[in-house]
Amino acid sequence: MNPIFKSHEKDFMRIEAEQVCVDYNGTVALYDASLNLKAGSICGLVGMNGAGKSTFFKALMGFVRPSRGKISINGMKVHQAQKEQSVAYVPQNEGIDYSFPVSVWDVVMMGRYGSMNIFRIPRESDRRAVVHALERVDLLDLRERPIGSLSGGQRKRAFLARAIAQRASVLLLDEPFSGVDVPTEKLMAELFLQFRQEGHTILISTHDLNHVRDFCDFVVLINKTVLAYGETSEVFTSENLNKTFGGIPPNPLSAPASSKDFVNE
Amino acid sequence: MSEFLISITPMNWLLDPLTHDFMRRALMVSALVGGVCGLLSCYMTLKGWALMGDAVSHAVMPGVVVAYALGLPFSLGAFVFGVGSVALIGFVKQKSRIKEDTVIGLVFTGFFALGLVLVSKIKSNIDLMQILFGSPLGISRADVNQTLIISFIVISILLVFRKDLMLYCFDAKHARSIGINTGILHYLLLTLLSLSAVVGLQTVGIILVVAMLITPGATAYLLTDRFDQMTLLAVASSAFSSILGVYISYWSDIETGGSIVLVQTLIFLIAFLFAPRYGILKNQIYINNN
Repeated sequence: MNPIFKSHEKDFMRIEAEQVCVDYNGTVALYDASLNLKAGSICGLVGMNGAGKSTFFKALMGFVRPSRGKISINGMKVHQAQKEQSVAYVPQNEGIDYSFPVSVWDVVMMGRYGSMNIFRIPRESDRRAVVHALERVDLLDLRERPIGSLSGGQRKRAFLARAIAQRASVLLLDEPFSGVDVPTEKLMAELFLQFRQEGHTILISTHDLNHVRDFCDFVVLINKTVLAYGETSEVFTSENLNKTFGGIPPNPLSAPASSKDFVNE
Repeated sequence: MSEFLISITPMNWLLDPLTHDFMRRALMVSALVGGVCGLLSCYMTLKGWALMGDAVSHAVMPGVVVAYALGLPFSLGAFVFGVGSVALIGFVKQKSRIKEDTVIGLVFTGFFALGLVLVSKIKSNIDLMQILFGSPLGISRADVNQTLIISFIVISILLVFRKDLMLYCFDAKHARSIGINTGILHYLLLTLLSLSAVVGLQTVGIILVVAMLITPGATAYLLTDRFDQMTLLAVASSAFSSILGVYISYWSDIETGGSIVLVQTLIFLIAFLFAPRYGILKNQIYINNN
């Protein structure tokens, strides 16, 4: 159903969502949402607040049960994929209690729990995974610090490190760039490109169109359903964006000049 | 009390009570109960379940009365009503538009009132004061055995699942996203709460059990930024308060439950004032120096 993939080799899909519908007590939040993502790609999920972005994420993570449709990750049911540590989720973290008595190290180690035995006693390989993840987000020096003593950007990086430590092939990131400082933003953008190189599949929800332009191979425009989906250069048109944002361009990107710049890039 | 204390040496103060069988039993049970409740209190304070602890501990009242009346182990009745109250709170919350704290208050006072009515109606040798305020000095051998068994269960479960429960308190969403069944953890924690309330009411009674379930955790929380240290501090301060409380109660003939909780509260106050990083005096010094 998606022309882009027809030209590619028939790799198995990392994320497959087929006609997913979600409703909350009769109110439809999402309908007929379909998505196919292969290995080594970055996809931006773009839409207004309330357009169903986080509902789609919740459905992909099994937090809400779709009333219709099918979702699979790496060819497995969502719950199975989670148990196999195939998918890592980086939430927005509004609900996190930052005075909780855990260190940065402890938080990142939580990414390894699913791979440990029932007592959750870290093995050498778990420690190595945590060190590696902390190095990648440049937090190794702060590993002993309580999570609450970090800055906003550092916190974001710590939770990203937790997902890295999980060693999942599929990464779902909910608004990873909201409220981060410039160095963190740069570091994360570079990391995402490295992840793609390593064959990860990344789905990022965002309302910042610049990020989509910068490094998303594919983009899904969403407003209660998938309005457009495909390679960024093809889908990211002013017309589609107007449709997505109800005629109100969210930032100068959709103004003719800059959007042209972007499409030509 | 002071002239009384002068007449005995600190050694006697510590050793004399140990010559009595009932005091050895009371000290052992109180220390154990203090440790168990102290351990669980870390999860209660971090999860924000203080009110839930209050609710469950009050709601076990009718269970205790019914169990006594039927000649069953009181812990069984208490446990059934503790879990029942939790289930009822969940049910009412889900099926109505009433906010959770209101539902909790509603359910536990209802259960507690039922308990009071039952005590006055069921003619038996139940001592209301003993249920309400505990009596570790008069604890029977059968009750000691019950306490030992329940404590063993609670400690074992907490040791096995401590990381999972900690993660559940910190970030339930992440726990779910890595395939952990958080529904089971939720009810496991509530079950542990019911069991701890059951052992806690042995020493301090229904009214003050909630102190055992939150104060040690709150004290430890002010003293450290490490979860493992927090659990150790909570257990230590709770067991210590219980033992000291029983001693003070013995020597000065004051109500034991009140004595234990008062010692706990004093330790909390000390932490509140003098904790190295989070005590208020520390902040005061910091402000004055800047």
